Amino acid sequence: MTAPGDRLGPTLFERSRPGRGGGKVPHPPKGALARIPASQLRADGPRLPEVSEPELTRHYVNLSRLNYSVDSGFYPLGSCTMKYNPKIDEWAARLNGFAALHPLAPDDLAQGTLQLLWELEQALAEIGGMQAVTLQPAAGAQGELTGILMTRAYHRSRGEVERTEVLVPDSAHGTNPATASMAGFKTVSIPSAADGGVDVEAFRAALGPRTAAVMITNPSTLGLFEARLGELLAAVHKVGALAYMDGANLNAIMGRFKPGEAGFDVMHFNVHKTFSTPHGGGGPGAGPVGVGEKLLPFLPSPRVLREPDGRFKLEAEGERATSIGRVRAFVGNTGVLVRAYAYIRAHGGSGLCEVSDDAVLAANYLKARLRDVLDVPFDRPCMHEFVASSATLKAQTGIRTLDVAKRLIDYGFHPPTIYFPLTVEEALLIEPTETESIETLDSFVTAIERIVEEAHSDPELLHSAPHNSPVRRLDETMAARQPNLRWQAMTGGQTPCPE
Amino acid sequence: MLPQDLRYTKEHEWVRIEGDLATVGITDFAAEQLGDVVFVELPEVGRTVAQSAAVGVIESVKAVSDLFAPVSGDVVATNTELATKPELLNSDPYGQGWMLRIRLADRTALDGLLDAAAYEALTRES
Repeated sequence: MTAPGDRLGPTLFERSRPGRGGGKVPHPPKGALARIPASQLRADGPRLPEVSEPELTRHYVNLSRLNYSVDSGFYPLGSCTMKYNPKIDEWAARLNGFAALHPLAPDDLAQGTLQLLWELEQALAEIGGMQAVTLQPAAGAQGELTGILMTRAYHRSRGEVERTEVLVPDSAHGTNPATASMAGFKTVSIPSAADGGVDVEAFRAALGPRTAAVMITNPSTLGLFEARLGELLAAVHKVGALAYMDGANLNAIMGRFKPGEAGFDVMHFNVHKTFSTPHGGGGPGAGPVGVGEKLLPFLPSPRVLREPDGRFKLEAEGERATSIGRVRAFVGNTGVLVRAYAYIRAHGGSGLCEVSDDAVLAANYLKARLRDVLDVPFDRPCMHEFVASSATLKAQTGIRTLDVAKRLIDYGFHPPTIYFPLTVEEALLIEPTETESIETLDSFVTAIERIVEEAHSDPELLHSAPHNSPVRRLDETMAARQPNLRWQAMTGGQTPCPE
Repeated sequence: MLPQDLRYTKEHEWVRIEGDLATVGITDFAAEQLGDVVFVELPEVGRTVAQSAAVGVIESVKAVSDLFAPVSGDVVATNTELATKPELLNSDPYGQGWMLRIRLADRTALDGLLDAAAYEALTRES
């Protein structure tokens, strides 16, 4: 339903008129219907909207204009790394040789794609300081599962079946404990230290012969580098457990910190964050996983292999008995991997260092400028993102982080991530990324300054924000308590077209 | 404001002890921190629960949180009204927003619970 005051037009169902339509659907061949069992034939037609092609095109074009995207403005959504995606990546992914290749094409006809995948594995292994990489997992979360399943296979191969626990800090992404549970482990949540970092003593206390792995996000979800990482990883290895690194925040550390060299045994890469492939909604994703020496034998099959003569081939079925097997059809979602490859090759090693340096610089600049406007709970140099808080503002004016975020929409910005991490009250997680100019960062600060002024002078303006968006403040509570997931004609009759 | 006759946990739950029955809910502080509660999942009646085990889920507009058993014992009742009115956790956390009732397996576990003064001190810290 469209609500009064909203800029959303009527739905296609509301625009529908009997008999109106676009292309003609061919009738089934003679006798075809007779061959379908009567019980499988529907008695009435599908209730699809009947609209003309121009109506349909305008409907979707007009909807798309309501979108906010990184191509239209600043998108400091913390933890998500909403950097600008260079268009050359899209050009590469659309090249016919990649886009039109059949997934069952024999290796001889797929040399280009196989070479690209092999080289991408090498590049990611170098960035991560890992021995090898699998590109199969379809997303970061599946990458985590793949990594933990390899960890399980490793312990089993050594007969250490009593390792049933995975330690995860309480500031971790929710996918970490979910991964451990999916793989049959018990998650042990470890509280964060007062400085927002990992509590090494709490980890030490929980480590033991039952520990299969620890999962650490570094930099952490607070945008802080784990200063005592070496100490922690030494303790992990001492008890025979493995260390998993959640690579969600890799954009901060490329070329400056290699997880494998620091002692991590396994990690995943979020290509949609670090390597600028489309985020959700942009098509199938990828979450490559890098492994060190210990997990090499367990990598998913088939791996891409390079022959001595320089040709490439896929590992044969069952060639490596220690493999945990396939985690994804074919070799993964190659379209998105081509984009990641193009991004890496376009930047080169020094360019990727610069990406991380600039991402960290931008975050520290924003943090320094916002320190006088909002609370900044962990006031030490941050990595690619930082946590601010409206706790003081809320105490003074009753204006919450949610109100600040909604008002930012009126100022033309996508709000930062809010109420995450859960360990900080009234949190805003702000990640500017390296692709924003200082002018953009300054204008964002100005908007926050104005909003804080408004919180004191005109709080009602903020409580009812946003005012200039396609839809006004949504009732998220009602939407969650009484979800209405399907369009239904409200009256049974037709709603008149307003145009 | 904090009911003085209840016992509390570090996980921001309250426990009302009546004989060998313990009624459990979340504190006003917890409800305030969670924001509007939109969904509550409770254990089955008859299930035996161990102290500190996750026995249910509280979903708010901000986060999904585990409900922990503050004591060990058998679940003898749950508040079925919360299925359709999860907002009771926000509007009346110590009354109509109660969540489950456990028949105590062992009274010694009660010693680990906080009294009102200790819980109040805990919430002032955070």
